[in-house]
Amino acid sequence: MRDMTNDTKMLERRLRSLTTGAAAMSKRASAGLGDAAATEGLLDLAYGFTDSPVGRLLVVQSPHGVVRIEFAESIDDALQELAANVSPRLMESNGATGETRRELDEYFDGRRRDFDSPVDLSAVRGFARKVLDATARIPFGSVSTYRDVAGRAGNARAMRAAGNALGSNPVPIVVPCHRVIRTDGSLGGYGGRLDRKVVLLRLEGALQED
Amino acid sequence: MAIAEMTAFRRPKPRVAARGGTPPFERFLEEQRATVYRFLLGTVGPVDADDVFQDTFLAALRAYPNLRDASNLRGWVLAIATRKAIDLGRSRARRPTPVADPDDAADARTAVAELESGGPDLRDPLWTALRGLPPRQRAAVVHRVVLDRSYAEVAGAMACSQETARANVYQGLKRIREILGD
Repeated sequence: MRDMTNDTKMLERRLRSLTTGAAAMSKRASAGLGDAAATEGLLDLAYGFTDSPVGRLLVVQSPHGVVRIEFAESIDDALQELAANVSPRLMESNGATGETRRELDEYFDGRRRDFDSPVDLSAVRGFARKVLDATARIPFGSVSTYRDVAGRAGNARAMRAAGNALGSNPVPIVVPCHRVIRTDGSLGGYGGRLDRKVVLLRLEGALQED
Repeated sequence: MAIAEMTAFRRPKPRVAARGGTPPFERFLEEQRATVYRFLLGTVGPVDADDVFQDTFLAALRAYPNLRDASNLRGWVLAIATRKAIDLGRSRARRPTPVADPDDAADARTAVAELESGGPDLRDPLWTALRGLPPRQRAAVVHRVVLDRSYAEVAGAMACSQETARANVYQGLKRIREILGD
């Protein structure tokens, strides 16, 4: 009987050691899961990254288009917020974000002036949405003013509201809020990072180098 | 996702909060993947583990929005993995060629070659012994012995009574001993 017990314990120990390395293998097996999930249409949101002259960018895609672009310092918060407030079915997928990331790369390489990827602005309503729609029509290489986009959104006096709408633009760069400046010609704001606005406007030739 | 949901983008959604803290799917994956893979390695073996692992988590992702109780995510995903492993075991058993044939061994060697060092040792005769078990016994043994789960948990994952779970583990271990003793 004692032999049997020892035998059982030994067998159980051997069985347990059989799956050594499972943790590392599970990590590798998870790597393609986001792409597979996107292909099967199981994701509400897919995200990916690209590097740019204004730093690392997060690109988030909904089934309807690019829904979010975030700069480096906001990436972690944005991913948490999206998972908590929009959907937990959010995964990294290079496939689902590939088109938008490629267009961003081309834009920063100077090979693209307009973005073809659809934009999903369905989260933005009312006046703010009209401001972003007006902003989306400002051509590459030119600038507009807060007063002008407020006017084209239907209320030329709502310059502050227009500024707020641009400040919470969920898809900067693609919806070019950097092309909106003050009526006096000064650059205005860009989420506390005016240097990025300068980089983008210089890239487009709308602002001369010093 | 419905368009109506997308429009709630920046606003907090009480429905999600009320659902009882379903974590982001990627965090769930990160927390459960090692256990699920360990289970599948033991039940379906190294050649099929990757595919069944992916099937399991895609099924979990499909069901994720309707998950009512997030208090036992491990039990939930292991139950999915168990169904997949048993289904595969049965379909393999119906095939004319036995699982432990030379082709399969060649596949296994290829898989092993792809593995990083520290992976399982496929020359261990225990693999052959495990493969020799009926799928339900194999699943029960891996749950109980490899994952160290209680009989109540094994029964939950296998959708059977605790007595049946206990019997499957007992029969499985006995059979392994017989095969190893041959």
